[in-house]
Amino acid sequence: MSAIHPRTLYEKVWSEHLVVDETADAPAVLYIDLHLIHEVTTPQAFSLLDQRGLPVRRPDLTLATMDHSTPTTPVRTLKDLQIVGADAAAQVVKMQDNCRQFGIKLLDFDSDQRGIVHVIGPELGATQPGKTIVCGDSHTSTHGAFGALAFGIGTTEVAHVLATQCLLQRKARTLLIEITGDLQKGVTAKDVILATIGQIGVNGGTGHVIEYRGEAISSMDMDARMTICNMSIEAGARAGLIAPDDTTINYLRDRPRAPKNSQWDAAVTRWRKLCSDDGARFDKVVTVNGTALEPMVTFGTNPGMVVPINEPIPRDGDAGFKKAIEYMQITPGKPLSDARVDVVFIGSCTNSRISDLQQAASILEGRKVAEGVRALVVPGSQQIKREAESMGLDRIFEQAGAEWRESGCSMCLGMNGDTVPTGKLSVSTSNRNFEGRQGKGSRTILASPLTAAASAIEGRVADPRPYL
Amino acid sequence: MNPVTRIQSRTVVMANTDIDTDQIIPARYLTTTTREGLGKHLFNDWRYRADGSLNDDFILNKPDSAGCQVLVAGRNFGCGSSREHAPWALIDFGIAAVISSEIADIFRSNALKNGLLPIVVDENTLNWLLDHPYAEVVIDVADSTLTLADGTTVNYPIDRFARYCLLEGIDQLGYLQKRQNEIRQFEENRSWTP
Ligand code: SF4
Repeated sequence: MSAIHPRTLYEKVWSEHLVVDETADAPAVLYIDLHLIHEVTTPQAFSLLDQRGLPVRRPDLTLATMDHSTPTTPVRTLKDLQIVGADAAAQVVKMQDNCRQFGIKLLDFDSDQRGIVHVIGPELGATQPGKTIVCGDSHTSTHGAFGALAFGIGTTEVAHVLATQCLLQRKARTLLIEITGDLQKGVTAKDVILATIGQIGVNGGTGHVIEYRGEAISSMDMDARMTICNMSIEAGARAGLIAPDDTTINYLRDRPRAPKNSQWDAAVTRWRKLCSDDGARFDKVVTVNGTALEPMVTFGTNPGMVVPINEPIPRDGDAGFKKAIEYMQITPGKPLSDARVDVVFIGSCTNSRISDLQQAASILEGRKVAEGVRALVVPGSQQIKREAESMGLDRIFEQAGAEWRESGCSMCLGMNGDTVPTGKLSVSTSNRNFEGRQGKGSRTILASPLTAAASAIEGRVADPRPYL
Repeated sequence: MNPVTRIQSRTVVMANTDIDTDQIIPARYLTTTTREGLGKHLFNDWRYRADGSLNDDFILNKPDSAGCQVLVAGRNFGCGSSREHAPWALIDFGIAAVISSEIADIFRSNALKNGLLPIVVDENTLNWLLDHPYAEVVIDVADSTLTLADGTTVNYPIDRFARYCLLEGIDQLGYLQKRQNEIRQFEENRSWTP
């Protein structure tokens, strides 16, 4: 037998899930190992199944939670949460009904495992190397940090997966992004991915699946790797992958849904083979000099409009630049450090994990949020909330004058009651600075938890490094 | 899904690049449980003023734009969130095709599943379209051609399967269901279970 040609990690996971291979006339039928669902992008999918009298093929491979329209106001017990708005409440009830009717276990309001869908998958150990994972949410790319092929789908496709556990897919092109060198102090995964998107553009990954590599990636913990893969979609890529290693395996050990005993050993053996072979060909290769990176902040209305924190924003640009500058009400040619901040949001599936909260707390400890600034800290899941509380982080935040909330998407997308008021400027650890993303007329600067915390203290966009 | 074979319409032009799905329909209108009725919130925050009145300066509110079924937009249309509410809102409003030099992956996939045509053209063709708002165009699905008002015809790329589904009005869920045997075999034969 002739030698098999060297394959990328993406090609390995892809080919292992082919039910039917693609041809010129038809896309591949790809098997899905884990389907994550939430309340916002599923009701119409369940209706389709209802109309056709179809069951959910594999409820056991479907994991359901509530996060997007869920309020995060502090309550005594989660059952006391009050949904904001009749439509959102109806949607939540619909989710409960659908899960009951179709036999899907829902991590509901009373579940201590509830949280943002991309936080709980990994936390429960359901996200594993080599799996195919989808969700009606573009930040499904997060799970790629474990070497899973994970991508967002639309609601019609949610129905396809519910009914058949499969999707019709064309194979993507591959993009290798190598982050070289060690990061400097105060430079985090968030800064790396923002700088990368700035370098390749918000459409730089369109049609591609990204694999991230390099010293900077290898030395990151899983929380940081998830931050990187999370924002792959902001470069237009459908998925981002990082090959599993000891860090990945140690993270998954003993998680509730991770394999146990002999199955664990077999899984680890399988996972160890999940990497791109030497000589595997990528369609595109990009190198980012990690050592040279600084804390990054966005200034415009997409994540590619980004600068190192102390550098001036560009003087001039195309029509899109002008429109963004006008919307953001900032001065071209000046650094952002003079911009007065109204709101600081630390949370979202990009930066709401325990190490993100620890980083923010390291700066907020013993300090005060500036007057006139509303600061929200929203843990990604109820588990993270408890863990943070056991470390005393909640006290640090509250003593600094920040709000400590229940878990959920919160201010990331302004559909659950947590919004940035019109015209106000927010420094946010989330992933999208689109016009109105955090509430109608809101202005968003994306940054790392460190930068967000420093900005909360100074009441302006602030470099975190002097605090470290 | 109804078959889509040919669209003939004037174009409405939004030259902005990177129009994301949060602009097409903001998150606060995603609390629906049906596909219908989203057209009234299409481009909500551009289309309406703070007091809820129509913003007369916005292109879709201009009298000339009424009845235009083809939206021409700057590069990288439909980026961001995977919400299928974006194509639903466009269709509900009366848009049948979107033309740009680049269309984001998930949006394109969602659009095709709902019979909304995502058409990617080269920069020159896009520039011509941007420079000629309200030009009459003809889109032929079987031939994969776009014919401009000046008579120029260009081919646009479209996945053969997607084209077949559009022309025949095929529903992809039905297609997948016919693969039940293969799916079962796959589940039985795989070397590990998720
Ligand atoms: S935190 Fe934001 S980006 Fe993440 S799943 Fe929720 S809404 Fe989407």
